[in-house]
Amino acid sequence: MAATKPKRGGKATPFDEMHLAGGGVRKAYAKYADWLHSAPPHLLQRKHEQADILFRRLGITFTVYGQEEGTERMIPFDIIPRILAADEWSHLEKGCIQRVDAINAFLHDIYHGQDIIHAGIIPAELALTNVAFQPQMLGVDLPNKIYAHIAGVDLVRVGEKDFYVLEDNARTPSGVSYMLENRQSMMRLFPELFANHAIAPVDRYTDHLLANLQAVAPVGVDDPTVVLMTPGVHNSAYFEHAFLAMEMGIELVEGQDLFVGENGVFMRTTEGPQRVHVIYRRIDDDFIDPLAFNPASTLGVPGMLAAVRNGWVTLTNAIGTGVADDKATYVYVPEMIRFYLGEEPILNNVPTYMLRNADDLKYTLDNLAELVVKEVHGSGGYGMLVGPSSTKQQIEDFRKRIIAAPGNYIAQPTLALSTCPTYVDSGVAPRHVDLRPYVLSGKQTRVMPGGLSRVALTEGSLVVNSSQGGGTKDTWVLRA
Amino acid sequence: MKLTIEHETRYGFAGEANYSIQYLRVTPREDPCQRILSWNVSSASQLTRWSDGFDNVAHVCVQESRHKEVTVLVKGEVETFDTLGILPANDGLPPLIFLSDTLFTKMTDAIRQFAAPYQEVQNDAGTLAAMHALMAGIGEAVTYQAGFTNVETDANHALAAGKGVCQDHAHLFIAGARTLRVPARYVSGYLLAGTGDLASHAWAECFIDGLGWVSFDPSNQQSATDAYVRLAIAHDFGDASPVRGVREGGGIESMNVRVQVQRSYA
Repeated sequence: MAATKPKRGGKATPFDEMHLAGGGVRKAYAKYADWLHSAPPHLLQRKHEQADILFRRLGITFTVYGQEEGTERMIPFDIIPRILAADEWSHLEKGCIQRVDAINAFLHDIYHGQDIIHAGIIPAELALTNVAFQPQMLGVDLPNKIYAHIAGVDLVRVGEKDFYVLEDNARTPSGVSYMLENRQSMMRLFPELFANHAIAPVDRYTDHLLANLQAVAPVGVDDPTVVLMTPGVHNSAYFEHAFLAMEMGIELVEGQDLFVGENGVFMRTTEGPQRVHVIYRRIDDDFIDPLAFNPASTLGVPGMLAAVRNGWVTLTNAIGTGVADDKATYVYVPEMIRFYLGEEPILNNVPTYMLRNADDLKYTLDNLAELVVKEVHGSGGYGMLVGPSSTKQQIEDFRKRIIAAPGNYIAQPTLALSTCPTYVDSGVAPRHVDLRPYVLSGKQTRVMPGGLSRVALTEGSLVVNSSQGGGTKDTWVLRA
Repeated sequence: MKLTIEHETRYGFAGEANYSIQYLRVTPREDPCQRILSWNVSSASQLTRWSDGFDNVAHVCVQESRHKEVTVLVKGEVETFDTLGILPANDGLPPLIFLSDTLFTKMTDAIRQFAAPYQEVQNDAGTLAAMHALMAGIGEAVTYQAGFTNVETDANHALAAGKGVCQDHAHLFIAGARTLRVPARYVSGYLLAGTGDLASHAWAECFIDGLGWVSFDPSNQQSATDAYVRLAIAHDFGDASPVRGVREGGGIESMNVRVQVQRSYA
């Protein structure tokens, strides 16, 4: 990989989602721009304040780890939408479906015959010694061979047609409740905009999610009982767990509400035990079954592994999907697409330096100030170095961490993330954005039109994670 | 060699438990070194058979109504064969999965330091010689002494304590081998060896290219023979232990285990 010339971010002007380089506005934003220019002076300020009240009333919060004071915070919502044209979306949609299909094929393979390793395409060591690889999933056949039922593909844009995938969140991606709430709020704040734009709806997400969950019930179950399992109120995404359960009309349960009984998993109800067939779990693998994994876990259900392996219950996402979405495996997703689907990848991967390789390590250490360095198993923007926006001290501190355990890190060129006009204190100004479409697999692979656009609210910042001060925007996909 | 085995586990509770569940791994594997002639697992609890990711035969053992004890009785006969302590590589489990750090076999600095001399042996005389030297080294570093460690002791603690039982020996061997990049795994089973606790045993296996899985029993300083019966293989004790369970309620617990392995001439 050291031979690949990295695309450098930094000085070049990033792609502007709304404005054309020579002035004027992109087609997808034409009507919105007209509306914006004719809007009375204080309208945006007023709408911004109304949005704040709306979200506070809804009680949408998330928890920031590693901060001493009050951990519950609201994710800032930006009232200016991010708009994608129909053809742009169609490209992304196909690309996301292709990636997730390949990832599901990979997961089935890696827990069965490991053809992709025998074919010499993925190094055995990378997959099989991966901490997220779960030998306990070896040889078990899952309904429809689906492992990552819900995935969130993080995309960034650097040019008109240049989209890059940053990561494929195939464990328990969160944030979809913001996608749904953002849309509802926008419709209340700006009904006139929805009247004069043909915007693809996202509100059927939970219907599709439920249908997909039902579709992967154990074989022979006609009317499956689906539940959503949360680690509890202290989890950063508890709001989302409660929200999704309510929207789907299914029970929100914790580990203690479930038990493994005679040939099944049961939910304790006031009318006695009720069998459950599909568990949309939002707790990590390690905590699922104290008899099989972390023995100290009080969040899981003892016996769950046996229930999964005996086909009594389907867990979504399956145990062990992490082996497909860590930042080292990521490098091989284009190869997975070619191997399993016989297709050329539609979406680009970001060139990635694997610091377990001496050459890549040397290149990275020599160019830390220009690169983004991530922990292989990190998520949420924790444990990450963004070279161009870090101080010398931060870079030197990080250098020590890399040298201590190079295999734990990958590095990528700093991409010039596209910007989207955003309402900030100084008025409307460009801020960097990414996009996470949600991909559902079960019966058929499907992507909700749009997804969650995250925006780095600090001028010049490239870190969009909500835990690091990012906000969100409604994402509009225009119908042709 | 034909071996008859009886293995009774009894948990008694001071009060009544509302619910209890155990994973049992008390059925011999179908491996080239052994053949089941008869085998029966029984309990007052509900038993359901399953197989885990390492292809071990397991049972889920559940009681959903109030109870004061859980008993599991295992009886059977196995024919064993001496394979010179070597089993073929093609058991369906990729050796590389046994290179990972696990709860009981964390590769700490102390373990790396302990295993470092065997790296030299490996370089000079090959992996097999290094593993034999490692087994001998463990025998010297950790004296066999019951009651000093418990089911939560990991390899690092056993090494620091210098005392332990077969489980500790196996963990230390596995962790040490893994620091030399040799895939190693835990074996739980029975041993025809006199009387008492010793009949329930644990040892280790490591993967040697061109040879297969080679067994090492640091507690007895030998490789497995036809006196050994394999119940489960796994990363460590946590995934291989014959009985692992939890319960709700019941208060203080007492546990009795009786294992008898006898040679049969029928």
